[in-house]
Amino acid sequence: MPFEMKRQNFDPRPLRPSSTFPDHVLAEIHRAADQGVYEIRGFGAKRSIPTFDDLLFLGASMSRYPLEGYRERCDTSVVIGNRFAKRPLELKIPITIAGMSFGALGANAKESIGLAATEMGTSTTTGDGGMTDEERLSSKTLIYQVLPSRYGLNPDDVRRADALEVVVGQGAKPGGGGMLLGQKITERVAGMRDLPVGIDQRSACRHPDWTGPDDLEIKVQELREITDWKIPILIKIGATRVQFDVALAIKAGADAIVLDGMQGGTAATQDVFIEHVGIPTLPAVRQAVDALVELDMHRKVQLIVSGGIRSGADVAKALALGADAVSIGSAAMVALGCNRPVYLEDYEKLGTLPGCCHHCHTGRCPVGITTQDPDLEARLRPEQGSRWLRNYLSTMVLELQTLARACGKSHVQNLEPEDMVALTVEAAAMAKVPLAGTSWIPGA
Amino acid sequence: MQFDLATQSLREINAALHHSDREEGEEYVIAHPKGTHSVAVGLTDPIDVTIDGHVGYYCAGMNKNASIHIAGNAGPGLAENMMSGRVVVDGNASQYAGASGHGGLLVIKGNTSSRCGISMKGINIVVGGSIGHFGAFMAQSGRLVVCGDCGGNLGDSIYEAHIYIRGEIDSLGSDCIEKEMIPDHQRELEVLLQNAGLHYSTAEFRRYGSARTLYNFHIDNADAI
Repeated sequence: MPFEMKRQNFDPRPLRPSSTFPDHVLAEIHRAADQGVYEIRGFGAKRSIPTFDDLLFLGASMSRYPLEGYRERCDTSVVIGNRFAKRPLELKIPITIAGMSFGALGANAKESIGLAATEMGTSTTTGDGGMTDEERLSSKTLIYQVLPSRYGLNPDDVRRADALEVVVGQGAKPGGGGMLLGQKITERVAGMRDLPVGIDQRSACRHPDWTGPDDLEIKVQELREITDWKIPILIKIGATRVQFDVALAIKAGADAIVLDGMQGGTAATQDVFIEHVGIPTLPAVRQAVDALVELDMHRKVQLIVSGGIRSGADVAKALALGADAVSIGSAAMVALGCNRPVYLEDYEKLGTLPGCCHHCHTGRCPVGITTQDPDLEARLRPEQGSRWLRNYLSTMVLELQTLARACGKSHVQNLEPEDMVALTVEAAAMAKVPLAGTSWIPGA
Repeated sequence: MQFDLATQSLREINAALHHSDREEGEEYVIAHPKGTHSVAVGLTDPIDVTIDGHVGYYCAGMNKNASIHIAGNAGPGLAENMMSGRVVVDGNASQYAGASGHGGLLVIKGNTSSRCGISMKGINIVVGGSIGHFGAFMAQSGRLVVCGDCGGNLGDSIYEAHIYIRGEIDSLGSDCIEKEMIPDHQRELEVLLQNAGLHYSTAEFRRYGSARTLYNFHIDNADAI
């Protein structure tokens, strides 16, 4: 047996794993051979890609004047949607909660998110399943998504929303529609979506009543007429051809643009989609800002960036690149307990471990977030969940202010690309900031 | 009350129609629409609106309770996401008519284009003439009645909606099959035709619906063999 061999007698060649066929690739081929259908899972991309971690702030020095880290005011407020809407969103912090459906998430998770966001003065967003009364009650500022599926969409909810978000694409699956497997289609979820109980729901990937940017412009006008031009209309895109899409969203009349990078999460979609479609958030932000600047719309049409935002540092870097705000989805779920090392036996039943779980699609969430099962859902009490999320958001804001003050900014929106350098050539090229220790911006 | 798009703005007219203190059956006429988009969208009161001419995109969008009569043709997205009430078009309608409609009755006396009834969720649509391709695509519930012919891929990926066709069909979409027409269906169809003011024998129609083979992913589970 190899393990019993003495080192000098051990020949490592027969045990050398293949770089082309590492363990997870072998396992996926075995699974595909067994089941004959693509892998469906939740969460976001797991592959390694350039991220905000590849950027650093320079901080103040001889030529820059820092603010007192613990004392001086550093404002975090942001107004979203003042291009056309009479009632833009006035948020206290530039961190919003991304669209996550009731159905994908249980009611307790949605309520936890609404309560925390309300306390923090920020917004939450519905998802591919319509608006619930509980969600409207718990969330003071609620953005109502208009998705291709149009599940549950109705004029009453449109009018009790604080903003609309026309979802063209999602970072985890640009070009694809939502998915909710049969085990999560309970009677209530099915009723809201007008679908039979227990089917594998595969949402449309295209809107039913418009097919291109010119149509979308008219569609946005219709939504404005329905809402009497009162509330902002956001357009959400998955990060692909960002510069073109942002320009077209501006032309379509968006008050604000939500840009979701490929790290953005999902409750369920094909693994091949999650890992192989779209571009990372880092280059996407820069391209979006370029388009906004080119059309003289930067800060006039707000840019909200999502996809892999995890910390105040990520927020600060997104803002420094020119975003007006960020949105978090997966990170908010982690704050609620996603992948927390508790209920270990339930992770084991799913064939996974805390830290690796992406089984949102099964409806058997060990920590009660992405489930419709009453017993599992009871594991997340809204008062506890909202406290966790509020603490997490507070921490992110403190981190964001710490970095902004270090760069001498009295408002977090005053952060700028010149405050940063890149650790890698790739990140320097994507973010268009200099490689650390040089003045070199590849491709500039 | 009379509105005139030749002299009044669309905003002014839609805002007036959105007032929630309207009496049931109150009558409004909108003159000179001249293809304007988003006319009479988002109405929620049980009022009667006549649009005297042709309209552009999304006329009667998200209609709830109102009865809207278009004395002309309609552009794309007619009565999209309609919730209830009644929308009647004397002429033809463009693509996506009745898209994602949740309820109410949409009557198109002429022909309509592609994707009529796409993603429908409870709306009843009666077309006096023919429809284009991908009619009732991903239709979830409700009824689509076509007195003329249908383009290709009718009822592709359909869920539980009922489709009744009197004329020829170019092709059926995935998972859409012809189904037996039992007396309940004939009665259902008869009521729809009556409500639409169309006089055809239900015996001239055939019924189509879902084979329900796409409702769940097919997993082989080869290791269990």
